[in-house]
Amino acid sequence: MSDARANILARLRAVAPQETVAATELVAPPAAELDRAEKIAWLKRLMENMHAEVIVTDRHNWTTALKEIVRQRALNGLLYAPGTALGATLEAGWESDLPPLVGYTQEVEQSKERLFAIDAGITSTKGGLADVGALILWPDAAEPRLMSLAPALHIAVLEAAKIHDSLAVAMRQERWAAGMPTNALLISGPSKTADIELVLTFGVHGPKELIVLVLDD
Amino acid sequence: MNQTVVDFPKNFKKALDDGQLRRNLRAAMDTLGLRRRTLFSDPEAFEQLRSRGDAIRRRALRQLPELLERLERKCTENGIRVHWAETPAEANQICLNIIQRHHATRVIKGKSMVSEEMHLNHFLEERGIEALETDLGEYIIQLDHETPSHIIVPAIHKNRDQIARLFHEKIPDTPYTEVVEELNAIARQVLREKFFAGEVGVSGVNFAVAETGTLCLVENEGNGRMCTTAPPVHIAVMGLEKVVERLEDVPPLLRLLTGSATGQLITTYFNMISSPRKPGEKDGPKEVHLILLDNGRSKIWADPELRQTLKCIRCGTCLNHCPVYTRLGGHAYGYVYPGPIGSILTPQLEGLDHAGTMATASTFCGACEEVCPVKIPITDILRRLRTESYNKADTPNAVKGHGHKVNVAESLTWKGWAFSNATPWVNALNAKLLGLLGPQLPKLPAPDLVKKWTQSRALPPFAAKSLHALAKEKGIADE
Repeated sequence: MSDARANILARLRAVAPQETVAATELVAPPAAELDRAEKIAWLKRLMENMHAEVIVTDRHNWTTALKEIVRQRALNGLLYAPGTALGATLEAGWESDLPPLVGYTQEVEQSKERLFAIDAGITSTKGGLADVGALILWPDAAEPRLMSLAPALHIAVLEAAKIHDSLAVAMRQERWAAGMPTNALLISGPSKTADIELVLTFGVHGPKELIVLVLDD
Repeated sequence: MNQTVVDFPKNFKKALDDGQLRRNLRAAMDTLGLRRRTLFSDPEAFEQLRSRGDAIRRRALRQLPELLERLERKCTENGIRVHWAETPAEANQICLNIIQRHHATRVIKGKSMVSEEMHLNHFLEERGIEALETDLGEYIIQLDHETPSHIIVPAIHKNRDQIARLFHEKIPDTPYTEVVEELNAIARQVLREKFFAGEVGVSGVNFAVAETGTLCLVENEGNGRMCTTAPPVHIAVMGLEKVVERLEDVPPLLRLLTGSATGQLITTYFNMISSPRKPGEKDGPKEVHLILLDNGRSKIWADPELRQTLKCIRCGTCLNHCPVYTRLGGHAYGYVYPGPIGSILTPQLEGLDHAGTMATASTFCGACEEVCPVKIPITDILRRLRTESYNKADTPNAVKGHGHKVNVAESLTWKGWAFSNATPWVNALNAKLLGLLGPQLPKLPAPDLVKKWTQSRALPPFAAKSLHALAKEKGIADE
């Protein structure tokens, strides 16, 4: 199909430049920077509008909040990432009456059935966005992509200090353009659809529930 | 591709007579319009944002060949295999080759208008490959062997009773239920098994970033993530105009897209894919393919006015605000892209001789332009296409199928009109004759063209004397 490439590019190149003067691109002045409390408040309000549950908790005792959540539900297990700081914290204080921690240790080809059968998964996040109410996830080798997708309950841990004003700010400050990961994600709530009569319902193909634990000081 | 000329007037009548369809549409379009207005409630801020969207899309199109090559280079560096296709047939064949190389028979699809343009599902099914739509709306219409009637909400023409009946009849062991949550749960259960078993995932692309070789996908359901994460192979198809230059171009376009489409600040998921699974990673496809489809876009691009058609980010808001679309729905248009954007895009892709009538489905009210997040001059392009329908000259930028409406009777009529208006005594004579005979006109056996006009309009009464004659009688000096 290299012909197609050559033909298409030849057709495009045959056209003389049309707009030589670039239009001025007005960028809206940045909104006043939000402080940490405001960012948490914005994110919480907007994500709760989208039916996520957002719990602001103390960074030293956040596992207490987590344990309370998983205890309330009859979960068959909690998918987690061993070998990460988050994973180590979980392992350290996990009690035997809690649903078992299940590590995502094998490739999907060997573990697909288990991934699609487990009730809940817990992941870290790279950050959050205050202006739209969303989490940033950059899944990696330790914390793979399906962890936040296959289980019906996704629990995400977000450090309050990592909430950015907006996506544009996050991209600029963290220099995303210098190296994008295999998959970068924004998540603003549990999966939803309005395809039948525009009736908004939650929990279609992805998680039915999203719980965000915001770790504050 | 659709080779027959669509019988537009017949489709129109059928759609207008369908009370259920009109009720379904009206409710949905009003809701979508209201949600959009609520989100973009500050007109000044919206104007600023869409000016930026317009500028970003113009900048991308200005450098289209360079950006496509850059996108190809960056994707290739990242491990994504890039393919180019001049026609839908070529794009389908590329898909098929990839699928067959993996001996796959189960393909799961995320929503993609370009794949509709390619009629990919039909093509694959003919070759024994199941191509299952997994977006809920797309799944519903695929069950009913229909095509999308809207770019964003493909099953919007159906209400819950119709969907309840469909699920009950088509999905084994499914009880009849009109509860939307239950209908969703049924689809979730069926499709989860499909996600699990899918061998190849196909998706569209909302924006492709040349700077980083990143494919961006916008969705709410999670089916797009499933299709691009669970199977070992991912094929992304995109029209070649979807490329943008820089990563920082994405946030404003994303806001414009989700806000215009459904009035959302952001969708549930924004999925940015830059490479296949890297060594050590445990999931994600091992192969990612990107197919760049031309299908007439490079020709559209060559013309400075028509090029603006390619700025479109497929938000569908022009459909929601169009007095024609909101009364007809998408199916009456007979092609993949309906509504105002469809009416300017389709005739250019398919040729005016096939789809030129679509350019007449407009009242020129301009609502589509007012809401367009990237300022496409839709009415100018509609007028251009109507003009091209009568343009015989084979200029390089003439639209495919141009001049198809040229006919002797019409040319003679216009020549006569011009002659009459340029020759005072003929004009005076005509005015006199019309004054005398005009009122009798409806009684005469009229040609079809006139009948079409008069059957739904009252004929204005002809004055016995023309203004010109009256002025003369009053002794008013006349130039």
